[in-house]
Amino acid sequence: MSALVRAWRGVRWYVREATGEARWDEYVERCAREGVEPMSRRAWERHRADRREHDLRGRCC
Amino acid sequence: MATTTSVRRPGGPGRRMTPAGIAIWTAIALVGAVCWTVLALSRGEEVSALWILFAALASYAIAYRFYARFIAHRVLEVDDGRATPAERLENGQDFDVTDRRVLFGHHFAAIAGAGPLVGPVLAAQMGYLPGTIWIIVGVILAGAVQDMMVLFFSMRRDGRSLGQMVREEIGAVGGVAALIAVFAIMIIILAVLALVVVNALAESPWGVFSIGLTIPIALFMGFYLRYLRPGRVSETTAIGVGLLLVAIVLGGWIDDTGLGETLTLSHETLTICLIVYGFVASVLPVWMLLTPRDYLSTFMKIGVIVLLAVGLVLARPALQNEDVTSFALDGDGPVFAGELFPFVFITIACGALSGFHALISSGTTPKMIAKESHVRMIGYGGMLMESFVAIGALIAACVIDQGLYFAMNSPAGATGGTAESAAEFVGTLGFTLSPDTLTQAAAAVQEPTLVSRTGGAPTLAVGISQIFTDAFGGGLAAFWYHFAIMFEALFILTAVDAGTRVGRFMLQDTIGNVWPRYADTSWRPAAWSASALVVAAWGYMLYVGVTDPLGGINQLFPLFGISNQLLAAIALCLCVTLMLKHGKARWVWVPLVPLVWDLITTMTASWQKVFSDNPAIGYFAQADRYRDARDAGEVLAPATSADQMDQVITNSTVNGVLQLTFAVLVVVVVLNAAIVWVRALRAGGLPTTEVPAVPSQIVAPADFFATAEEKAAVRAWEESRLTGSAR
Repeated sequence: MSALVRAWRGVRWYVREATGEARWDEYVERCAREGVEPMSRRAWERHRADRREHDLRGRCC
Repeated sequence: MATTTSVRRPGGPGRRMTPAGIAIWTAIALVGAVCWTVLALSRGEEVSALWILFAALASYAIAYRFYARFIAHRVLEVDDGRATPAERLENGQDFDVTDRRVLFGHHFAAIAGAGPLVGPVLAAQMGYLPGTIWIIVGVILAGAVQDMMVLFFSMRRDGRSLGQMVREEIGAVGGVAALIAVFAIMIIILAVLALVVVNALAESPWGVFSIGLTIPIALFMGFYLRYLRPGRVSETTAIGVGLLLVAIVLGGWIDDTGLGETLTLSHETLTICLIVYGFVASVLPVWMLLTPRDYLSTFMKIGVIVLLAVGLVLARPALQNEDVTSFALDGDGPVFAGELFPFVFITIACGALSGFHALISSGTTPKMIAKESHVRMIGYGGMLMESFVAIGALIAACVIDQGLYFAMNSPAGATGGTAESAAEFVGTLGFTLSPDTLTQAAAAVQEPTLVSRTGGAPTLAVGISQIFTDAFGGGLAAFWYHFAIMFEALFILTAVDAGTRVGRFMLQDTIGNVWPRYADTSWRPAAWSASALVVAAWGYMLYVGVTDPLGGINQLFPLFGISNQLLAAIALCLCVTLMLKHGKARWVWVPLVPLVWDLITTMTASWQKVFSDNPAIGYFAQADRYRDARDAGEVLAPATSADQMDQVITNSTVNGVLQLTFAVLVVVVVLNAAIVWVRALRAGGLPTTEVPAVPSQIVAPADFFATAEEKAAVRAWEESRLTGSAR
């Protein structure tokens, strides 16, 4: 594996983790492991967005 | 099941450094020493900005490697064998074990904002040296220490907030005072940040157009993420950033059209727009506006910081101002009044020491930490990065022509508002600047004027535009200027949205104590009325700043700086209290030294702002002077009418009362804490609300880069976990 490919994978991993996109994959994986049918991505993301509504996540000056 | 949890790093506590390590750290120390020597010895000759940049980087590296590690292992005694709240209480929501590098990004995005960009620009009136020294020494000994310690103590208490910890560890009186202080200080911070945006956008159709477009862009992103492509955050952000760049370019074309005139808005109109926007944004669902805007501003933040670092190295600009100006010694600077001590220390708040960070370091971040040792890279490292942003902003303000700097940053009352009168005023300060140069500088960035564009943002944008044009070529000065304005306005608006929301939650929570239903954040009447109250509070202060004949930044920025530093005093006070309660009096100097220094500077500054008989500094002396003149039927410049005289009197009195209130609240917290200190010292320690230790099952590296040893340990742990779950 060349250094360039490794760097690209690293960046891709970081972006997916930082934006929370990787969470969906984790959820699907967990459902597969537990043998549960996962909900649709739309419903799942909406659930996450609703939670964010009451989350006190401040931004600083 | 693997239970080996602490992976020791080579060179970790109790280990000796390798010869290669000794050689590298000696080299870094030498680079730092050479840079500091050049800065210290250069007088009257041309000094390259890179000396500041590398002095900062070398100092940060050494502080992180040695002092932060010392604090982690000796002072706080982080224990990687102990489970963090994220591990014990993991729920996939707020408690969530997060990769250290990802959490570093989240934490940095949350603490970094417009503060470290604005303060250093204003402090540049005192020369490059005071700001440089305070930013670097301040962050190493105070700011980063505060962030890291608060993060650690909150982590050991399941992510309790600063206010809760003050109440539980110091006392009810201190807790109430801290709660009021946090709320009031947040209002001031929102008002001053909003003022920076108003000053950057007023009379600038290009700026208004491109910033205005961020609202439909964010809305589009919000709907795209919710309905078209749920969850595709990076894709949506890429589209949004593309649209943002298009919006900046388009802005350059509307200047000469009819739209250009429509969008040339006065300060007052913009204030009203911003207040209405702030209210609407805080009651809309977050997915519509706040979340997508946050993605955009985070991306821009990181992009500009990287560009600025690269640009500085490529452009190698020379500093244009003196090391220490006469304004620093005489306290008669036009940007803000007051001498070097204490005013440089309160003007540069964020970047050196920012109390607001204590609110982020308690609450959100501690609930996501995977390993206790990560407080060093996230708390201390995150703040070093913010300090680096402040150094970049300081350099940007110091490399532009200083005549231009003072023409831009002196209030309109002093410069008279036209190129001719501004050039004349700057001449009285001892700089030569022709009105033509001033007009040309404005034309180069396609702004109607640069005279009295106070607030720091336009100055920073001119500096960034100059550095980028030198570094990357292409004659794009106007684009870079508006790019920089966009970048600042974007995250100030994000801070205003998010801050109003946080203020609303705090208010609902507080009123909820007497009327429980009001605390329900999804009950609309409560949400709307609380939002309206918060917006009205900062909106009023913003209006005061915008219409102040003496110049809002000149008047309000000291209040902002002092209140942020007073918040830091509360946070450091909590750290000292906890060190003593934990029986670690031996190491109490680590938070105590910055606390004492912070109290000396902020209390001196507060004292001067309240009691000074110099009307340029003391708010009440100022009100008296204008009241006497008004009663005698006179009109004192820069006021031009009896109404403006009344305005100055009211504003100065309001500012003075606020200043006094903040100082008194902090004194209450400190006195309450002092009682606890004495009790703790006598008893050799007191019980605290620290959560009992539970062994950790997680294995994770401790620092940014994992060592071979750590990687092997993580691999072994993951394998054992897989076989464990297969059984």
